Amino acid sequence: MIRDRARRWVDAFMTVLFSSTGAVAIVFIFLIFLFTFKEALPVFTDPEVRKDANLAQFFVNAKPAEHFEERYVWQPTSEQPKMSMIPLLLGTFKSTFIALLFACPVGVAAALFSSEFASRRMREIVKPVVELLAGIPSVVLGFFALLVLASWLQSAFHFTYRLNAYNAGLALGIALLPIIFTISEDGLAAVPRGYREASMALGATRVQTAIKVVLPAAVPAVFAAFVLAFGRAIGETMILLMAGGNAAIASFSLNDPLRTLSATIAAELGEVVFGSAHYAALFFIGTLLFAITFISNSLGNLIIAKMRRRMQGDAA
Amino acid sequence: MSVAQPLIAMPATARSRALKDRLLVGLLGFSILLTLGILVVILGVVAVRGAGQISWTFLTQPPREGLTGGGIYPAIVGTAALVLLMTIVAVPFGVATAVYLHEYTPREGPRLAWGRYAASKGQKGRVALFRRVLSAGLATIVRSAVANLAGVPSIVFGLFGLGFFIQFVGRALDRWTQPPGEIVWGQGSLIWAAMTLALLTLPTVIVATEEALRTVPPEQREASLALGATRWETIRRIVLPASLPGILTGAILGVSRGAGEVAPILFTGAAYYLPFLPHHVTDQFMHLGYHVLILSTQSPDVDATEPLLYGTVFVLLGLTFLLNLTGVLIRSRTRARLGGR
Repeated sequence: MIRDRARRWVDAFMTVLFSSTGAVAIVFIFLIFLFTFKEALPVFTDPEVRKDANLAQFFVNAKPAEHFEERYVWQPTSEQPKMSMIPLLLGTFKSTFIALLFACPVGVAAALFSSEFASRRMREIVKPVVELLAGIPSVVLGFFALLVLASWLQSAFHFTYRLNAYNAGLALGIALLPIIFTISEDGLAAVPRGYREASMALGATRVQTAIKVVLPAAVPAVFAAFVLAFGRAIGETMILLMAGGNAAIASFSLNDPLRTLSATIAAELGEVVFGSAHYAALFFIGTLLFAITFISNSLGNLIIAKMRRRMQGDAA
Repeated sequence: MSVAQPLIAMPATARSRALKDRLLVGLLGFSILLTLGILVVILGVVAVRGAGQISWTFLTQPPREGLTGGGIYPAIVGTAALVLLMTIVAVPFGVATAVYLHEYTPREGPRLAWGRYAASKGQKGRVALFRRVLSAGLATIVRSAVANLAGVPSIVFGLFGLGFFIQFVGRALDRWTQPPGEIVWGQGSLIWAAMTLALLTLPTVIVATEEALRTVPPEQREASLALGATRWETIRRIVLPASLPGILTGAILGVSRGAGEVAPILFTGAAYYLPFLPHHVTDQFMHLGYHVLILSTQSPDVDATEPLLYGTVFVLLGLTFLLNLTGVLIRSRTRARLGGR
């Protein structure tokens, strides 16, 4: 029948269409890496660019100076461009460190409470609230940290600089909280009931069960949450651009203003000369961010998948 | 579910343990309160200082006096146009990818599929089994690509938008369609910013759609196929209608995330100030989030801009929350209908 044949043709056509959209996802992740890396490539190949921007310049070379801060300098637009990424790396690590220090314990504790002690109704309130927190655009968190949080912290602790690693890190931590909470909570909820029942049957209290049985069983999920949060923290831009103080200083002090790798791209790419050493250096930073987050995300997702498989095995 | 406690003469260790337990629960509960508190404080501050700024003039006038007066009308229009374009690209594409992943690939993983193929030596229909292995393998790769796409920092999307869409695709379009030297496509504009954002929201849409497709019982598909419907007919008439609320939720959540992102549009088309509205997809545009950045970091007169800034944040938050809330509501209503989580 002609009608039937037409139906088969449509079906075959749709199969090809859907399969090709699936393939496009792979193509784009590949393209993202390719095009970011392509613009960074002169750092390795172009002798003109390599005069100012090369790996040794980025990570090793130091200017002869007495203070650490003067030895490693990021001043890409000065007469004699100085492109040491040490200040930027330090900025990224300082803010990430504070953010994780704040968000990890709070996020996991909140998840543990929600999964083990909260009533059903309370959980129904908490989850959407966390989702709303996750839905706050990072530019708004940056604005909040810059205008409100910084002033509060300043009047409470009397910092030398209003914008510093504490302020930026805390704001970043707020962005990480929902990630850590959600993934840990999923992991805790996936722990089979039998674990809890066995523990209680042996006379353990609910708290003991939660801390000594459920939490250890969900450790991979919690670890995955930390890894994924780390990836987000490394790549987060707007919060750090606004709340970090925008000063590329090679300082270990948490009291100093900072500039992260990501914020450097955001702050400088707008005015950069196309194809210059500075331009290649910024794309190199992009490639670096891509690589770090790619690795941490792969690791986090791998742990989650492993854990899910194991928990399903245990429950059966 | 508490364990029976002895009524008299509770040993000292047990008593201190009970105290410790209570302290711990208190600490955990405090973390939840802290999380809720942060949200309340942020929303509270923005609402108290921002709501008063909202007026007809503020919403319908362009900025004036070097961003120290006037309103945010162009930014509202720019954001709306951007979000609309992004949705048109991201949602059909994301849904199609999810349909492929869930409806066109085998349920088993590539390893299991390979095992079945290896065990079928000398039997009929080995080719079909081998095709299953390939298909399952491709699905695994697509899924991990999507998961990784979700983790790519938003600023890297911005770099990609500049390097790929503007420098590569845009310049090529100019070479083919414009007289030499004329630049129309090869610069930051609405269309490239929307494409960049669409890529960023794609994973959210895909993951949510796949989850929605999973809620449709396999029996419904089998019944449809048994009645002689083709796979595409089954998807169009049975699967998609049944999973529509879930897809809608995913689409809305993805779009609301995209609406607030600023880092990807910094270099792909957002403008500091434009006296006119975008008329064409190749025009630059103002954006609420970008406007927040500009007002808070580059204002010539901080005191004069501050009220405008709070007003802009209020509108931006209102927009994303309205989208978010709609998505969450649709989902919880569907969940209630389906019963349980």
